Amino acid sequence: MRKVPWFGGAVVAALGVTAVMALVVAPPDVNQGDAQRLLYLHVPSAWVAYLAFGVTAIASILYLLPRTRSITWDLLAGASAEVGVLFTGLCLAVGSIWAKPIWGAWWAWDARLTTTAILFFLYLGYLTLRRAGGSPDQRAKRSAIAALVAFVDVPVVHFSVNWFTTLHQQGTVFNNKMHVEIHGSMATTLLISVAAFTLLYAYLVVRRMSLLELEEGLEEREIAQAIAERLAQEGVDAHAGIQMETV
Amino acid sequence: MSEFWRESALVMGKDLRIEMRSRVAMQQIAAFGTIVLLLFAFALDPSRGLLPRVAPGLFWVTVLLSALLAISRAFTVETENGALDGLRLAGIDAAAVFLGKAAAIAVQLLALEVVLAFGVFLLYDVSVVGLIALIPAAVAATAGIAAAGTVYGALAGGLRQRETLIPLLLLPVLAPVMIGGTRAFETALDGTTSQAWPWVQLLAVFAVLYVTMGVLTFGSLLEDS
Repeated sequence: MRKVPWFGGAVVAALGVTAVMALVVAPPDVNQGDAQRLLYLHVPSAWVAYLAFGVTAIASILYLLPRTRSITWDLLAGASAEVGVLFTGLCLAVGSIWAKPIWGAWWAWDARLTTTAILFFLYLGYLTLRRAGGSPDQRAKRSAIAALVAFVDVPVVHFSVNWFTTLHQQGTVFNNKMHVEIHGSMATTLLISVAAFTLLYAYLVVRRMSLLELEEGLEEREIAQAIAERLAQEGVDAHAGIQMETV
Repeated sequence: MSEFWRESALVMGKDLRIEMRSRVAMQQIAAFGTIVLLLFAFALDPSRGLLPRVAPGLFWVTVLLSALLAISRAFTVETENGALDGLRLAGIDAAAVFLGKAAAIAVQLLALEVVLAFGVFLLYDVSVVGLIALIPAAVAATAGIAAAGTVYGALAGGLRQRETLIPLLLLPVLAPVMIGGTRAFETALDGTTSQAWPWVQLLAVFAVLYVTMGVLTFGSLLEDS
């Protein structure tokens, strides 16, 4: 994979603009004050998480189809899932920090929160499975199937959790859904923030993929080196054996 | 097609015969489940009457934990003595292997659930009503657990880390079964059986989904490990 020196710079610049917009330009919320600024972290993280898992699913399908099978799809699926888990975690953490002052609790058993938490562990399991060993081909096939099975589970989880929270208990803090009418500089800031995070996602995936490729190359080189050393050793032994015989 | 079902029945019969002779599920896993039921009672202070109210949830948590053991066991059996190679070489349809193994797990789980249900009845002071909803809910949930468990068991079965991987992979996937089973049992035991049916349907959808996934993917899964 080629190096793209301007890419990192562009990401840093975009995140810088986002920070200025979110912290300085956008006004504090009428009801929530400065706490609402967490929106500019929370929503883009959630977006990147969904984007990342979508990319993982598509890349997994492309790996499984014989016509498009290539180890690159597997690396893309893995890299994207890693970034996805990272941003799901970030989304949950930021959400919790936001919820404490606004709802008065770190966590509410809302459908979306619960689904996101399960999603986090679903893909954490996927990442663990990727690291469980085997040849690259075995790992790729296994994890592609696991990614699809997990992806199919997401709507079922969402549906059941939705039902569970609406039928079982009406949220006490959550009843009046805050429909924040968002406009003006707030909307612009959110838009810029989503764009910046998407850029960051692309950057992290590209870097992670090249790192995965290097790791694989390193493994192959180590094996090649070990074979070469072993052959050299055998050569020495054979040579010594011949000498012994002649003596 | 009849050949296909005969092969499934053969695989199921093999796994159940292993169980009949080793009695791991019925002796060790059932005992484990019963101990978990006791531990829940210690944790929740039985004297305050909390147990009957939360019994459905505790029952399904116990079933899930026991199921993890049963699923690990079902695939440990295949890793010993190159049994999986034998299964592959036997030329049996992969989908039949999947259905057979899942059915064997389901049968063992149902037996386990009978034992645990009896334990809940005895220890948690639950009066059994609404059997007409309880039984379909249990059957659908068990089919879902067995199907998803067989898919993930095969995914992780050939790996050295399978004991720790299977719970991590499977428990988030089974979250809908946990929710559906608990709610179906709660409503059935409340006497509002009609409200249990949507949950039974959810459990059935989950089961159908994972049986389909298993039938479709098991070929590549068996090749792989």
